[in-house]
Amino acid sequence: MTLGVREAKRAGTTGAGGGGPVDAAPDGLRASTRGRLVLRRFLRSRSAVFGLVTIAALYVLAFVGPLLAPWDHTQQDYSAFLRPPSTSHWFGTTQIGEDVFAQTMRGLQKSLTIGLLVGLLSTLVAAVVGAVAGYFGGWVDRVLMWLVDLLLVLPSFLVVAIASPAFRGHSWVLFALLLAAFGWMLTARIVRGMTLTLREREFVRAARFMGQPSWHIIARHILPNMASLLIIDATLNVGTAVLAETGLSYFGFGVQPPDVSLGTLIASGSRSALTFPWLFLFAGGFLTLAVLCVNLVGDGLRAAIDPSAARGTARVRGARRARRFLRRAGAA
Amino acid sequence: MTSAHSPLDPPKAAPGEPVLEVSDLEVSFPSEAGRVRAVRGLGYRVDPGEVLGIVGESGSGKSVSSLAVMGLLGAGARVSGSIRFRGRELLGLSDGELSRIRGRRIAMVFQDPLSALTPVYSVGDQVAEAVRTHAGVSRREAARRAVELLDLVGIPNAAERAGAFPHEFSGGMRQRVVIAMAIAHDPDLIIADEPTTALDVTVQAQVLDVLRTAREVTGAGIVLITHDLGVVAGVADRVLVMYAGRAVETGTVDQIFARPRMPYTLGLLGALPRVDEAEKRPLVPIDGQPPSLVQLPPGCSFAPRCPVSVPQCTLGEPALAPVDGGTGHRAACIRSDEIARSEAVPAEIYHVEPVRPAREPGPVQRASRVVLQVRDLVKHYPVSKGLLRRRAGLIRAVDGVTFDIRQGEAFGLVGESGCGKTSTLMEILGLRAPAAGTVRILGRDVVELDRRARRAVRRDLQVVFQDPMASLDPRMPVGAAVAEPMEVHGYPRERIRRRVPELLRLVGLGFEHADRYPVELSGGQRQRVCIARALALEPKLVVLDEPVSALDVSIQAGVINLLDELKDRLGLSYLFVAHDLSVVRHVADRVAVMYLGRIVEVGEAETVFGAALHPYTQALLSAVPVPDPVTERARERIVLTGDLPSPADPPSGCRFRTRCFLHAALSAEDRAVCATVDPPRKPRGDGADHEVACHFARPRKVL
Repeated sequence: MTLGVREAKRAGTTGAGGGGPVDAAPDGLRASTRGRLVLRRFLRSRSAVFGLVTIAALYVLAFVGPLLAPWDHTQQDYSAFLRPPSTSHWFGTTQIGEDVFAQTMRGLQKSLTIGLLVGLLSTLVAAVVGAVAGYFGGWVDRVLMWLVDLLLVLPSFLVVAIASPAFRGHSWVLFALLLAAFGWMLTARIVRGMTLTLREREFVRAARFMGQPSWHIIARHILPNMASLLIIDATLNVGTAVLAETGLSYFGFGVQPPDVSLGTLIASGSRSALTFPWLFLFAGGFLTLAVLCVNLVGDGLRAAIDPSAARGTARVRGARRARRFLRRAGAA
Repeated sequence: MTSAHSPLDPPKAAPGEPVLEVSDLEVSFPSEAGRVRAVRGLGYRVDPGEVLGIVGESGSGKSVSSLAVMGLLGAGARVSGSIRFRGRELLGLSDGELSRIRGRRIAMVFQDPLSALTPVYSVGDQVAEAVRTHAGVSRREAARRAVELLDLVGIPNAAERAGAFPHEFSGGMRQRVVIAMAIAHDPDLIIADEPTTALDVTVQAQVLDVLRTAREVTGAGIVLITHDLGVVAGVADRVLVMYAGRAVETGTVDQIFARPRMPYTLGLLGALPRVDEAEKRPLVPIDGQPPSLVQLPPGCSFAPRCPVSVPQCTLGEPALAPVDGGTGHRAACIRSDEIARSEAVPAEIYHVEPVRPAREPGPVQRASRVVLQVRDLVKHYPVSKGLLRRRAGLIRAVDGVTFDIRQGEAFGLVGESGCGKTSTLMEILGLRAPAAGTVRILGRDVVELDRRARRAVRRDLQVVFQDPMASLDPRMPVGAAVAEPMEVHGYPRERIRRRVPELLRLVGLGFEHADRYPVELSGGQRQRVCIARALALEPKLVVLDEPVSALDVSIQAGVINLLDELKDRLGLSYLFVAHDLSVVRHVADRVAVMYLGRIVEVGEAETVFGAALHPYTQALLSAVPVPDPVTERARERIVLTGDLPSPADPPSGCRFRTRCFLHAALSAEDRAVCATVDPPRKPRGDGADHEVACHFARPRKVL
């Protein structure tokens, strides 16, 4: 049989590497789960790993740094106003003698958490709502899209502003949740649209005929296939969330003095960015670094999930060619 | 034909002078990996009134070379060599100069007639535009000429239909319009790039007829580019086989088909299932992949896949040298003389075992148990119209289909596109109660199934789709894809882990493939993954929806062989849907022919293909090209008139009567019967299993 011939041939090539499939089976444990494969591909990307390590390092720094520094973020050093960085004040001091290092670390704690939490949460909600609406259709779709439209027309800034006094004194994590709750609607609409086209693809139909429950199909086939969009959205959201928090804090909502966030630090330091650069530069630098690292991780993740990340395909050549031909033939 | 030649034109070709002469043509494109050498040293000539068939698999450079002739390659392409059209060198001409030749002296017919026509102009206007482009005639004159041309290519009521838009035409009709535009200026050369690939066999036969007419009327030379050797056998005078950007064999059609001298040609011919062959033989798959055109190995580019390669093959690229005493037949193989001497057939060269284990004869098989029973299945789609979504009509996609499939049997369902094949499959696969009729799978009526039972049935009923790329999740590695059905049905992890490599091996893949993504595999490998996935749960019935139509010929052969073998080994039953009758004949034990939502003829494959009784089956079979020029010339073709009627409004009585050649030849009395009485499906012929739905069925030799 032909198969026999082919098998014999292959045995010749793979046999050298350690025998037949039975021997190879232990290797299969690692091979056949998608998560492991994605992880391996992710780890292969150096910039992505660098990003991930740096984010972790930033976190460690944000929480360990204040323990090592001699100053607290609320303390004022009356002997040092607006001093540049020195051995006693590593990042310098503010107009009223606050230690910029302690403040930056305190702000970093907040902003990192708010940024990552809001970025992930809003994208997650968008993905679930959009995919569910698109996949199930019918009244589920109508109800969810009605909700999306409603939230879109509500001025979110106003709602957060009105609601935030109620949260005063509570954890600012609640504030992050509130930000996330108003950041997912546009993406959900895009996700729904993509789901509508994915739903008709043959591999989704194949999974359905296999007996795969709908929730599994959404989680295993639909969402991974729009991972690029979701990851880009999440990375963008991280930056947006930090800035949104700044804006709200500026108007007196969100993080309030004496507590600080990177946003409030940047807002207050930007006025003297050129004259007393340390007030602005450290907070701004950390924010840039954090967002950059999130982007690197996002890029690496995208490439790990998307097998054709670096490839291009040209499938519609025939049509283009025909049009070109007719155009040229007609032009003469 | 009237056409206005300007005095600048070169004169009409003298007899014996070639219309087109290509020599040493080289084409390369830039790419990420380096320059792609798409065409390497190609040379051929086309004489007036001659049809040259250029054959090759995807990526062999056949289309690129003809685009180079037309001067239609992008700016990135580097073209060198010589292209002489009627003695005039085309390479190096400016676009403006080329435009004067293109469309008038050289015409082109593309694969996809829908994208070759502009959707917003009526077809008459488009043909008239083509007429006016090169000839200074009045608008009225051009319109008149357009109607004339449309009539010539066989558009019924051309004067009326000229006002229709492309979307109102069927695929075959559109291709006729494109051909009409191509012959508008009485060209000297027509280049047809896969002109029938997107069409049904019956329509393909019509379009090929139109091309023949076009050649007779214009006396033009035709370059016919195709991957279908059957089409070439019927139409071409000479053949050029391309592989990896080079011509590897050329000669007259009889020479190539009767005495191929290059192993690749041998393989291609052996890979083709034939509709006129009763005896089953395993097909010849060519192992491996065509080489990357960026970094070609030294020596013969086919050597890595060649079953008879020797170390010398890798020393240098063999030249296209005369074989068999230099009668115009040339092949690029250093061993062509040995092949000529041994007179080997493809199966021997490719080491395919000639004899398959004999199957149990029919009656015994028929006695085994029924896995799928379909009775009077109906599927209608409502068509809504207008703002208020009023119901405007009913598409009768499936309208009373009855058949059953027994264990270990391959049941083929054939018919033109739009006949309801796929709708039937989807109804069965949906496992929902049908609008009318019954579907029983493994003895259980789908109506009675509850949630749990439906899951159990899903285990025994698996599906393989047409396009393996689309039916595999691009984000899921192969191993996970194969494991998925087992996870769904709650196999323990340990067992899945052991079974995945087992399954991959079963379909001829290595374990190393488990970690790859579908994009990293070739088309044939992807389809093997789909088959492995379908077999994971050890199903009883596998539904195959056009499983090989997206694959190249040499790869298709491997998949067909695999399907054949798995069926024998695992005792599977297949419900096999395909539009390629040669493939169906090769795979199926029993065949049903569908027309407009009904089965018009059903029976053992041998009976249906060997002694077809229904005129539609006869017409279908006669339209299938056979890859043998001698047989092909001797065949009498039944060309069906017109297109498939709309399933929203099927003809009264017998649905086929509007296109039936038999009906047309009947007496007025008998014709009235056809028009009023819907013919029931009745047993006919000597086979008890052979049923035909026709009042006046009679045998006719078609193959």
